[in-house]
Amino acid sequence: MHEEPLLKVRNLQKQFGDGCSRCKERQNLEKNYCPNCGTVYACQDISFDLFAGEILGIVGESGSGKSTMMQCLYFDAEVTSGAAYIDAGPGSAEQNVFELSSQQKRYIRNHQYGMVYQNPVHGLKMNFSSVGNIAEKLIAAGKRNVSEMEETSKNLLQNVHIPLFRMKEEPRNFSGGMQQRVQIAKALSNNPPILFLDEVTTGLDLSVQANVLDLIKRIQRELGISMIVVSHDLAVIRMLADRTIVMLNGSIIEEGLTDQILEDPQHAYTQQLVYSLL
Amino acid sequence: MTMLEVNDFGKRFTIHHLNKTMQAVEQVNFSIEKGEFIGIVGKSGSGKSTILKSIYRSYLPDMGEIMYDSARFGRIDLCKASERQMLYLRKYEIGYVSQFLNVMPRTTSRQLVEKALLEMGETESIAQIEAEKALTHFELDPKLWDTYPNTFSGGEKLRLNIAMATVKKPRLLLLDEPTASLDQQSKLKVREIIEKLKANGTTLVGIFHDIEFMEGLCNKVYDMRAGKLLAGAGVINEG
Repeated sequence: MHEEPLLKVRNLQKQFGDGCSRCKERQNLEKNYCPNCGTVYACQDISFDLFAGEILGIVGESGSGKSTMMQCLYFDAEVTSGAAYIDAGPGSAEQNVFELSSQQKRYIRNHQYGMVYQNPVHGLKMNFSSVGNIAEKLIAAGKRNVSEMEETSKNLLQNVHIPLFRMKEEPRNFSGGMQQRVQIAKALSNNPPILFLDEVTTGLDLSVQANVLDLIKRIQRELGISMIVVSHDLAVIRMLADRTIVMLNGSIIEEGLTDQILEDPQHAYTQQLVYSLL
Repeated sequence: MTMLEVNDFGKRFTIHHLNKTMQAVEQVNFSIEKGEFIGIVGKSGSGKSTILKSIYRSYLPDMGEIMYDSARFGRIDLCKASERQMLYLRKYEIGYVSQFLNVMPRTTSRQLVEKALLEMGETESIAQIEAEKALTHFELDPKLWDTYPNTFSGGEKLRLNIAMATVKKPRLLLLDEPTASLDQQSKLKVREIIEKLKANGTTLVGIFHDIEFMEGLCNKVYDMRAGKLLAGAGVINEG
């Protein structure tokens, strides 16, 4: 079976700080931190593929570099080095998207990417109406027809079970779970082939969490969107992800089929993580 | 036609924190022809499940080979198949049934079976029809179709599990202790189900600790002892 990945990430590096002679070769680090100069090596040599229609899980403890990696992919943060290639038509798969102009990056964000942050404050404008939030993303993606946009927004909100009589309300009036669902609706509005979900169920109570998980699974099934799901919750990963990557101190230490990672973990850290499950 | 051929297969588990390595199974050799039903018996801890889980790749195999005759990929070593290939095979060719039910919360039996079909790309209307057929076929009480399975009995969960796996019409079905913790009546039901599957041409590998229930149904029975497969040590029934 030869299939080309939709998103290829190669040797992604992200460091905070300039490094010094002692940590240049990433020796003498305490976890991913240089005690000499204070440089943090947040992502080290991250490489992976994301295929069409699949959900890729990323697990790891806080500080393992999961969110930094997502921010780099979504251009919220500059990478230190490395490459990412998106297969979005002829010729596109050869272009390292990290080297594109900021205008081109914005185009990718508006047309090929969707992002759902852990904290809805980052993904939503809390003083815009819900429908306005979605319209904002649609306008960024080049839509101009107001009635069409309203129609799309209504469909999306209905899809994530936000009652339409509240669509003109600002999301700050909503509960956490509702805000998260508005954020998902917004992220989906430009029909992105790739969706990033960063700890989307963290902090939600269990019944709301089940709603959001069900929604994500449905989106994958019905729209065939590829997703990268970051979570430190193994139960969430088990429910959602086909394949899973385990990160520790900024590096990928293990990857495999999700059930294999959970039932037969190979790396000492993954074993510690899995055997800690209650 | 040989559907599955396991050669010199071995699996060991390393637990880093305890500095321990355990050889779960070693030098396992057996093969299954298309349409056959192979039973594996043995005490708990003898390594029966390890073999099954390694075929399904829930465990990462580390020695030997597991050659499978795939409709899509031809002869393929499941020990070395890529993750994407395994996902494809799980979706379209190889099913796995255990006594446990691990499913999306708050999803009804009907929805679970439908989802299995939708994931394969079937249309909603076909999924609906096929799901009802499967639930009827495996005799899950229609009262339970639109309820959540978390309160089901062991036998009901199992029948739902089997419905979810077989609705995809797998070429190879792995049964992990499908009769464990079931009462007499339910065990007989499982036997009937296996008979039906076999009649439909499904190739089956099942592990049992009470093989008597499968008397006359298995083409071969292997006895697993201390991580080794003793061919012919158990009851062998032809037919």
